[in-house]
Amino acid sequence: MDAKRTSESVTERGPMKNRTTVERKSERELVTTRTFNAPARIVFEAWTKPELFKQWWVPKSMGMFLRICEMDVRVGGGYRLVFGHDASKPAEFFGRYLEVTPDSRLVWTNDEGGNAGPVTTVTFEEDDGRTLLTVHELYPSKEALDAAGTGAADAMVETFEQLDDLLVTPGPGVERS
Amino acid sequence: MHILNYMVQYARAGLNASFAALADATRRGVLEQLGRADASISDLAAKFHMTLTGMKKHVGVLELAGLVTTEKVGRVRTCKLGLHRLEEEAAWLERHRQIWDARFDALDTVVETLKRKEKVDGRKKNK
Repeated sequence: MDAKRTSESVTERGPMKNRTTVERKSERELVTTRTFNAPARIVFEAWTKPELFKQWWVPKSMGMFLRICEMDVRVGGGYRLVFGHDASKPAEFFGRYLEVTPDSRLVWTNDEGGNAGPVTTVTFEEDDGRTLLTVHELYPSKEALDAAGTGAADAMVETFEQLDDLLVTPGPGVERS
Repeated sequence: MHILNYMVQYARAGLNASFAALADATRRGVLEQLGRADASISDLAAKFHMTLTGMKKHVGVLELAGLVTTEKVGRVRTCKLGLHRLEEEAAWLERHRQIWDARFDALDTVVETLKRKEKVDGRKKNK
């Protein structure tokens, strides 16, 4: 399987909007990339400060929000994300940072599903003031990756129409300083 | 059917076609029925008090939308819920892509805010 998808005109807002690509590199690996028009240290900051991270990890367009976002970004440090969309069914995600290289690389475990969860590696490659971001997810088995995203992601299919509307006109949730 | 084919081919991840397929009460009923058990087109036609030709059309729409697959064994065409393998993979990838794309749009906003803030702070320092 070597399919690849890139974003196209439907969600395009103009020249500032870069493309998101998702590729299944192997039976156990999913690789997502996007370029940001900013130096690596700024993009890295947005991934490592909880007050910034919570502004984008669960975009308001998904109809959910992060109630709790704790991150101890250092090797061996833990993180904990708790979704607040349904108090009766709290969804909690947690794990540990395996590698933290400022402005260039983050590796963490995803332990909410048990011991052998996927490992996420994020790299930040700066070139001429822009940053190529690569999110590499390595799953313990083909079956685990096949099943990934069938829970929360399926629920989001319903919100895709709203999402498209939102991408055309950013809502009040978009913060401006 | 050609126009429908064309639409389905160009519908992103088949979503538009899915919505169109679901807009019809009979087709929603067929999906519900197939959710309980696989069925032949003639079973479905009888259950919904329709002609074989009419039911074939509905199943065709559901099939094009990737919601139903059919398989002909002997003289009987059996219908079941689900996507074709390739469409399933494309839809799976597209789901992941849409989620990351939405995330990254929001991250873009955060990054732009940080950039502007840095510029302002830089100017303050230089004063």
